[in-house]
Amino acid sequence: MLDKNGIAKRIAKEVKDGYYVNLGIGIPTLVANFVRDDIQVEFQSENGILGMGPFPFEGEEDADLINAGKQTITALPGASFFDSALSFGMIRGQHVDLTILGAMEVAENGDIANWKIPGKMVKGMGGAMDLVASAENIIVAMMHTNKAGDSKLLKRCSLPLTGVGCVTKIVSNLAVLEVTKDGFKLLERAPGVSVEEIQAATEGKLIVEGEIPEMQLN
Amino acid sequence: MIIKTVDNVQDAVKGVKDGMTFMLGGFGLCGIPENAISELVRLNLKNLTCISNNAGVDDFGLGQLLHKKQIDKMVSSYVGENAIFEKQMLSGELDVELIPQGTLAARCQAAQQGFPAIYTPAGYGTEVAQGKETREFDGKMYVLEEAFKADFAFVKAWKGDKAGNLIFKGTARNFNPAMCGSAKITVAEVEELVEPGELDPNHIHIPGIFVQRIFQGKDYEKRIEQRTVRTK
Repeated sequence: MLDKNGIAKRIAKEVKDGYYVNLGIGIPTLVANFVRDDIQVEFQSENGILGMGPFPFEGEEDADLINAGKQTITALPGASFFDSALSFGMIRGQHVDLTILGAMEVAENGDIANWKIPGKMVKGMGGAMDLVASAENIIVAMMHTNKAGDSKLLKRCSLPLTGVGCVTKIVSNLAVLEVTKDGFKLLERAPGVSVEEIQAATEGKLIVEGEIPEMQLN
Repeated sequence: MIIKTVDNVQDAVKGVKDGMTFMLGGFGLCGIPENAISELVRLNLKNLTCISNNAGVDDFGLGQLLHKKQIDKMVSSYVGENAIFEKQMLSGELDVELIPQGTLAARCQAAQQGFPAIYTPAGYGTEVAQGKETREFDGKMYVLEEAFKADFAFVKAWKGDKAGNLIFKGTARNFNPAMCGSAKITVAEVEELVEPGELDPNHIHIPGIFVQRIFQGKDYEKRIEQRTVRTK
């Protein structure tokens, strides 16, 4: 089973040379730490920067330079700043190659819910609805089950949707899955996790074809 | 050249009234019009509608207006940082319209640029699209979203000249440019106000035509929400 860093490490392998990538808040933010340094990648933060760099050294924080999670960041050589309208223009216009975000629920048809629990938690969708409605390549980083042990990979989402039929791939603490028109296709198992355990943790339709390899993290 | 300067924040907000709709720039606490917000708090205006990506934190930014119950309705995309907000919203005291962040920017820009509405894929098939017109283009579904209508837009820039030309810094730019010229009156506050001619016209982000009033802001706190650092 993977921890949060393990999930980020596996997702980092999906980041290819020449990609512009938008990272959501939470586990997706950690992905930047594991991307190979021999490829050219630029991270976009929807509040208005391409070429986002690591956190600043202590004492070098700039209140005018933050990411979408409101954390202080730096700008790498070749970075650019732009306003929110242009930022979402590059997202809607499909100029961003890969979107990585978290989810509370994903359905077997690719629906995603991650912004609201009616009556309990309403933080808002931020840029997530624009991202999932526009991007062609959407990877979800998530825990396979909630704290009570219930599956978060469902037949149908129970929470208000963020987007419909949009998720292409899921990397959870248990597995890598591709969302196909027939359901969740199991691609890889997390180290030490069996197909049966993944099946038991998946409420939606799981497609298992042939031998399922264990993830290679390095 | 047309001079847009006013002497202070009191003159800059002249004409604001109870029940008005305001646009306020900023992302989190980054690039918010601190001086204008303080003055709106001081004037104790009531029944306001505020269009702003976030709602500040409990004791800073728009959180100050919420704390004094000056806001009836918020139009935002993300409000997770503000406990007062969440409480007022869940109790029904505060009317909240949560909309996708890109839609928020597009509805500002539509107002600025004379589009009555725009089509966006964001929110299609979700509760955000309920009751709205949808349409298919090239096999994909879009939602019709209308331009905002607001009485005042309050924006913050890094530098500006007396003709109202603005330059923004870093990610403090965010929603500020799209809100310029999107309301009946746009009020810009700047960290550094200079004479016309001192800013290179090649470097202007927003031309002064979109700004009705500009003033030299003061006492900027520029609070950081999440101070994240690495060690050397």
